[in-house]
Amino acid sequence: MTASAISAAHARSRTRSWRPAAGHVFVSGYVVLLVVFGVAPTLYALNLAFTDADGRFAGLANFVRTVQDHRFLSAVGHVATYLVLWLVTLTVLVLVLALLVHRLTSRWYRATLRFVYYVPGALAGASSVLLWLFMLDPSVSPADDLVRALWGETFVGVVAPAHLPWIFTIIAFWTGAGGWIVVMYGALNSIPHSVIEAARVDGAGPVRTALRVQLPMLRKWIVYMLILSLAAGTQLFVEPQLISQASFGVVGTDYSLNQLAYLYAFDQNDFNGSAAIAIDLLIVALCSAGLFVAKGGLFDAD
Amino acid sequence: MRRRSHALRLAITAAAALLAVAACGPPNPAGPAKAKGSSSPYGFDAAEQKDGKLVVWVDSTRLDAAKAYQAAHPGVQLDVVTYDGNANGSNTLKTKVQLFNRAGEGWPDVVFTTDNNTASWASQGDDAFVAPLDKGLLDDATLGGFAKGALDVCTVGGTVYCLRNDLAQVVLWYNKKLLDEFGYAVPKTWEEYQALGEKVAAEHPGHIVGTAGDAWAPEIYMWGSECPAGQITGAKAITVKATDATCARAAKLMDRLVANKTMSMLPLFGPDFAKNQGDKVLMLPGPAWYGGAVFQGTLKTPKGELAVADALHWAGQDPPVTGNVGGGAWWLSRHSTNLKAAKDFLTWVATADAYQVELSPGYPAHAAAAAKWIKKQQDSGYYAGDIAAPITAAAGQVWSGWGSPEFSQEAVWAKTVIPAQTAGKTVESLLPEWQTAIEQQAQVSGYQVTK
Repeated sequence: MTASAISAAHARSRTRSWRPAAGHVFVSGYVVLLVVFGVAPTLYALNLAFTDADGRFAGLANFVRTVQDHRFLSAVGHVATYLVLWLVTLTVLVLVLALLVHRLTSRWYRATLRFVYYVPGALAGASSVLLWLFMLDPSVSPADDLVRALWGETFVGVVAPAHLPWIFTIIAFWTGAGGWIVVMYGALNSIPHSVIEAARVDGAGPVRTALRVQLPMLRKWIVYMLILSLAAGTQLFVEPQLISQASFGVVGTDYSLNQLAYLYAFDQNDFNGSAAIAIDLLIVALCSAGLFVAKGGLFDAD
Repeated sequence: MRRRSHALRLAITAAAALLAVAACGPPNPAGPAKAKGSSSPYGFDAAEQKDGKLVVWVDSTRLDAAKAYQAAHPGVQLDVVTYDGNANGSNTLKTKVQLFNRAGEGWPDVVFTTDNNTASWASQGDDAFVAPLDKGLLDDATLGGFAKGALDVCTVGGTVYCLRNDLAQVVLWYNKKLLDEFGYAVPKTWEEYQALGEKVAAEHPGHIVGTAGDAWAPEIYMWGSECPAGQITGAKAITVKATDATCARAAKLMDRLVANKTMSMLPLFGPDFAKNQGDKVLMLPGPAWYGGAVFQGTLKTPKGELAVADALHWAGQDPPVTGNVGGGAWWLSRHSTNLKAAKDFLTWVATADAYQVELSPGYPAHAAAAAKWIKKQQDSGYYAGDIAAPITAAAGQVWSGWGSPEFSQEAVWAKTVIPAQTAGKTVESLLPEWQTAIEQQAQVSGYQVTK
């Protein structure tokens, strides 16, 4: 290549890639936030996870130390149990409810139900957990008979270890599922009417239409929901932390992996160990997300 | 060429990220060269002094102390922050202080805590938080004014790091009116206490003689039984023998009384206890602060019914010993930029009559204040009979074999024993698990554990 060809190509590429298109403006805010609050902390955590307190390279020592901690495996177990319960119930219930709303003929009913489903999601994380603390304490709960029948006579009995994954699932479903029902409803609307009509002409009932036509066409949306919910679920922190305080410590502060990372950082003053746990979580989340994306065809062009 | 500009963009992003990482990198652990304490007038390197707001952290009960100080010193600018006081082993203060250490700023000037673990973690190492008080900051007259042994939990290696707010020796609180009505004698030993519990279960079911639903249950029953669940033998060494016969006898006592329902498993400060069992309390073995916090505060026991008896001990225990549940303390930050005001606040809340005698719900640790406090309580006519003698006697009987390590025994008990007990297991059967849990927690905190 001659110098002039290079400079010409350079100029061309510059005009092509740095022309201030509307797209650049739209993503710029996100990119800045992503770098400052996403990429930079991740790199910082990576740096911490592979060094010791004095900043020297430590290899895998931080990972080995945290995995050998007696609290690590039990926290993994807790989070895994919760994730299985949460993702399965989320998928099943969200799809069933979205399909039901979609089948309703009355426009007024549909709008009302969509709104009702969405309302709990308006309560942000910690406040919804506080609300649930009242719901779960038999001495103050408005649904105390139900709580007593299901879980026990006292709050300490209610928050027994075996009940916790279910309790966290219910809290997460109540706060998070409404938004997904609305999203799924929108996705159902995007399926062309002619397809549903054709299925009906071919003799498919509502159930068969849902299973054979609607659900397969929603696959990408379901995968999308699962990825985001998995990411949120592995970050379990606020719920057990607040329940720990409310139960005067009967639920330990080391229930979830995120809490353990928090303890490492702010109880044991071991930021390197804390970062190692955070990286563990990142790897798990990335791998599962990658699996979902590959199997779910999230980025396939239609 | 497209590719090249893409690479350029990546490089810019990475450089920005690296800069961000470098900016928030870990502080140099060695820190700026510090002159060691000997040359400074207080035994530590004080920060540069400025005037400004005095930041004070208290729990909700001690909010009164800060308010009283403000009333007495209207000119002082106070920023009072309420937090949980580290109760139930929550470790809030430690968590926050480590964050502040990391940030290099933000420490409160004066802190109140309800636990006995703070001295262990906050006074040692490069990141020590609390200031030594007896190396020039406070005079001997102030320090000498506290009851004998009151400052033990403040002392590490002979240096005093806190002023004790109140003493928390376990005594026996009882409802004299009910006890007389039932015609029972006040028990002297834990054996008599258990026999009384059996009798109450048979003759007056529904009434309770104790509670075990709180994180501090081991500090009442196990500590008083000389159970060696955590003896500190060195700076980072602990001996744990939680399955010892002394622990088993206390466990059996609890199991027996929990089974016949004379020992409640409800948390004292939870919403259920006062509502359902508040008027059924015949007696409670518990710390000196129960009188104000539990009976007057939560249960609203009417005037003239509550009395105090000598701490229970086991037959043959020589000398008789008792347990201890917390007992608050006031700490001063060595990072304070307002030491003079902080010192004044600290001394005032721990010793001044306007708080310790007039408002304190617990038995003051400051001897002169304690004498006046007792007299005031006695004169108020709230208590039935003499409360001074048993409380003062018990103050000198606290068993010294129960250590105050960096971690909280209360948190271990709450997490390990209480849920299993709620599920129907006996404390006796849980002792091995309790042992393991203490060992593991000690190891996490870096202790060398001996079994």
